Amino acid sequence: MTKPENELTWKDLEIGCIVTEPGNAGQYRTGDWRSQKPVHNFDRCIKCGLCQIFCPEGCIEQNTEGYFEANLFYCKGCGICARECWTKVITMVDEEE
Amino acid sequence: MAKRVGTEVSLAVADTVKLVNADVISAYPITPQTHIVEHLAELVANGELDANFIPVESEHSAMSACLGSSAVGARTFTATAGQGLELMHEVLYVASSMRLPIIMTVANRALSAPLSVWGDHSDVMAVRDTGWIQIFVENGQEAVDNLLCAFRIGEDPRVLLPVMVHLDGFYLTHVIEPIFMPEQSEVENFVPPNQYPLPLDPNNPVSMGCFAPPVIYAETKWAQEVNLRASKDVILECWNEFGDQFQRHYSPVESYHSEDARVLLLTMGSFSETASLAIDNMRNAGKNVGLLKLRLWRPFPFDEIRQAARNADVLIVLDRAMSPGGPGGPVCSEIKAALYQEEKRPKVVSFIGGLGGRDITIEGFEEIINKGIEISEKGSNQEYEIFGVRE
Ligand code: SF4
Ligand code: SF4
Repeated sequence: MTKPENELTWKDLEIGCIVTEPGNAGQYRTGDWRSQKPVHNFDRCIKCGLCQIFCPEGCIEQNTEGYFEANLFYCKGCGICARECWTKVITMVDEEE
Repeated sequence: MAKRVGTEVSLAVADTVKLVNADVISAYPITPQTHIVEHLAELVANGELDANFIPVESEHSAMSACLGSSAVGARTFTATAGQGLELMHEVLYVASSMRLPIIMTVANRALSAPLSVWGDHSDVMAVRDTGWIQIFVENGQEAVDNLLCAFRIGEDPRVLLPVMVHLDGFYLTHVIEPIFMPEQSEVENFVPPNQYPLPLDPNNPVSMGCFAPPVIYAETKWAQEVNLRASKDVILECWNEFGDQFQRHYSPVESYHSEDARVLLLTMGSFSETASLAIDNMRNAGKNVGLLKLRLWRPFPFDEIRQAARNADVLIVLDRAMSPGGPGGPVCSEIKAALYQEEKRPKVVSFIGGLGGRDITIEGFEEIINKGIEISEKGSNQEYEIFGVRE
């Protein structure tokens, strides 16, 4: 998109509001919906990847050291990863105001 | 030259879909539309029409399948009636908002309960605000002609909107009429190939029907509205060129003896033919009456209505649907709204009639006009009157 969404006029829209730029949903920040964030203590992590499988947002990525980490640009703070992790790597912490 | 053939109107509608060489038909049979899709299924099965006929389990699925096929740029047709149209309801909005030129014949039928398979306009009025272009026809010839026009209008790159052609159930769908069926070459000349500008295409991926947050939704709706209103110019252009090529002429509001009339009756659909005979009788008896026929329902022809009604003293509107607890017939309400700001305007009287297939005879129309004149003079303590209801 050439302009930010809040500056688009009706004339800027494609017919039927068709999106012609593939994959631009990646620009959509869902991280600011969050009231809690996952915090990791990787000392206990066995790199099993279960948290990645359970994350409904699909936002858990493996970092260069092989640990599974949440991408906070997308993480909605649902806490599912913290609940499912069997070695209790993840704690949900309130976001600051 | 086109041949004039005696045919059931439903079959003529299906044959028109064959003439425009539709690519995909997805439909679910429902009375009184069944003969249209039955005949299309037959044409496809016999190899006379090279199209995909997708039989589905409901009208909701029929319209959903049409969305997909129109989205890849295929010429797409469906037909339905009454409850079937209601079952499609939510998907109708998607078709117009995604700007997919799906073409649909609606065999107008009353809504349950009580169960009625006969014709009225309650199904049309319930889908009034779905964003489709909507055209009423009066007889079989008009159903064929306006279906051709519907393909050309809807698929026009300046329009790209779905179009409904409203055809009264049974009164039109099941009658046999002499109809000029155009030649294949004439149709090819009149309806250019469908070239949807942004189709679903793996080589050029696009996403359709995505979500719009509050910051952009209003802009999408206004874009759609501007486009639907602007489609009127293309509709007029199409009807003009149709007239040039086929010598049959259409306009948004058609008039019959209306120019000098003090009293006007407005009808839509098949009632207009009977009503015009009542006008003849009353003219012969020296009464200064005329008829307006509303052909274009959406986009609503504000200017044409104002122009046509300007010089009359009384305008009687006969709706074939109710707006329960509301101000009267839905068409009449819109006409009142269109005229309200005018300095010179007729008194408008609302009648509702022909519900659930109830016939109105020539004498009946004369009675409606006479009663309408009386109400306009003496006033009435009710918003509208249901013609012929037994009390
Ligand atoms: S589920 Fe727990 S242990 Fe397994 S990879 Fe995720 S954080 Fe590490
Ligand atoms: S909190 Fe929810 S969204 Fe965020 S990483 Fe964990 S599972 Fe995914």
